[in-house]
Amino acid sequence: MSKILIVAEHDKGIVKKVSLSAVAFARQWAAKTGMSYDIAVLGQNVGPVAAALTAYGAGAIHVADHADLAHPLAPTWAKVLADLALDIGADVVVAAATTLGKDILPRVAVRLEAGMASDVIGIVQTKEGLGLRRPMWAGNLVGDVIITTDTKVLTVRAAAFDAAEATGGNSPIKAFAAQPDAAKSRTRFVSFDGVQSTRPDLAEAAVIVAGGRGLKDKFNAVTEPLADVLGAAIGASRAAVDDGFAPNDYQIGQTGKVVAPQLYFAIAISGAVQHLAGMKNSKVIVAINKNGDEPIFKVADYGLVADAFSAVPELTQKLKALRG
Amino acid sequence: MKILVSAKRVSDPNARLQVAKDGKWIEGDVEYVMNYFCENAIECALQIAESQDGVETVAVGIGDEDTARFIRQGALARGIDRGIYVAAEESEIDSDLIARIYEGVVHRERPDIVLIGKQAVDGDSNQVGQLLAEYLGWPQATFASKVELQGDEAIVTREVDGGLEVIAVSLPCVITADLRLNEPRYASLAGIMKAKKKPLEELEIDDLDLDDADPKVKVVALSTPSGRKAGVLVKDVDELIAKLRGEARVV
Ligand SMILES: Cc1cc2nc3c(=O)[nH]c(=O)nc-3n(C[C@H](O)[C@H](O)[C@H](O)COP(=O)(O)OP(=O)(O)OC[C@H]3O[C@@H](n4cnc5c(N)ncnc54)[C@H](O)[C@@H]3O)c2cc1C
Repeated sequence: MSKILIVAEHDKGIVKKVSLSAVAFARQWAAKTGMSYDIAVLGQNVGPVAAALTAYGAGAIHVADHADLAHPLAPTWAKVLADLALDIGADVVVAAATTLGKDILPRVAVRLEAGMASDVIGIVQTKEGLGLRRPMWAGNLVGDVIITTDTKVLTVRAAAFDAAEATGGNSPIKAFAAQPDAAKSRTRFVSFDGVQSTRPDLAEAAVIVAGGRGLKDKFNAVTEPLADVLGAAIGASRAAVDDGFAPNDYQIGQTGKVVAPQLYFAIAISGAVQHLAGMKNSKVIVAINKNGDEPIFKVADYGLVADAFSAVPELTQKLKALRG
Repeated sequence: MKILVSAKRVSDPNARLQVAKDGKWIEGDVEYVMNYFCENAIECALQIAESQDGVETVAVGIGDEDTARFIRQGALARGIDRGIYVAAEESEIDSDLIARIYEGVVHRERPDIVLIGKQAVDGDSNQVGQLLAEYLGWPQATFASKVELQGDEAIVTREVDGGLEVIAVSLPCVITADLRLNEPRYASLAGIMKAKKKPLEELEIDDLDLDDADPKVKVVALSTPSGRKAGVLVKDVDELIAKLRGEARVV
């Protein structure tokens, strides 16, 4: 029977929620095609990650545990994933559209002579067969595409697929004898400078407080107290990142993260198309901006024309008081 | 050293787009601009060329006829030495075919570094650099926000989820440019004049010895997503809180 292979992303031994969105995609694709799905876990000492994935209905969890896979470097990871896909006879390889998925999956596609679709947001029946829906032109258009090769590779946008729930069961864990060929990769990991945060991940947060260039060097002073009260993640426009007020990991938009929380605060953000591309599917959008003509108000459910430096602290205080 | 850079035109992100009748691409009178990420790639190549002797820079553009104009005005006028234009129907090529066209150009030109914009803001696929690297069997450093050459290695800072990663790749390699890599320069008047005399080679896909020119991914239909409608303006913070608690029930 044909199979889907899902690439699980993990951090410090914990499966990332975005990968459960890839599982959700796989379940939908499987329901339409009669395929089954397996999960691949690559890395070093990833036993706990594999164990955490056994309750999601996968046919098997394939573990490629190897010192040369400790960092997700594209040539080595792509080789092992493609080898595994061939070994188990996978027809579809899918990962979340994170920077890891975007970096590595195209190389897997070449190795499998497969076509690849990026950032998939849905499955559609087209006049030429089962297709994939994906945003193009910063989401101003959506394209229904078909991959014409037998093997298909894709990344899915986590915001478009609710993370799969565990369904019980006990998928077998199988060791895969990985041959990363690190010497041939001519790639060396040097360092990683991670953003330290105790807040929820942007991709997983129910509430996001996003700030723009208008907050200047008060970016943290304005966004953090509100995020604390709401248990929210903090995001930023590109301009706020470019100007050095927020780290790159915060950027939301066409070239940053794509999010769809329950509640999104756009504070001192003008609402350029590239920013909207990353947040316009949020359930409720609140815009706080001193200029009432900005395009952000065209997508906001609730708009407040006000100076953020006074309105946001007031909002923070009043919400805090309400919560006691 | 030789550096190949990408020079792709894209429709202006703020343009009103009209879907072509066959539903496969856009049509009509749209303004085009140089893909922003290609501008960063071009700037990076120029900075490398300025920092050491003996660097030749070559811009590659693939697409409709008008692409040649973008190579001249967007790349050669900024200081890239020469251009290669490969004619192709923009609605008929996918990332994979573009990568194979680049591969063909790389076999002719034998560059040490290929610098490509990390994504084109029309198709938004973010694949070509990575596909090309695998076709060539070369290392890649994607989403670059800093590039330093040290001996036969490029030390590249990458913008990834969670922070900044630094990797070292040995040449030859593919690097894809992110927006914070640099501030692209404008073409000077002198540059524009000089560009008129710079060589710009025109090629057909057939000149490149590809196995085939078939895309692996086809757009079957393009459509405009249903828009979000504007909500209401609230007069003050109290009303905002009331709405969020009452109507939206989100706080
Ligand atoms: C290829 C490309 C990709 C891009 N990708 C992204 C992306 O992924 N994400 C992204 O966000 N952008 C992206 N951009 C940039 C985008 O075009 C805008 O430049 C950017 O989103 C603007 O950020 P901003 O709204 O913070 O800044 P501005 O547009 O400068 O807006 C600042 C806003 O703050 C308001 N303001 C100022 N002071 C106050 C105050 N005291 N109180 C209240 N309001 C105030 C102003 O009225 C204004 O609306 C991209 C651009 C390009 C070309």
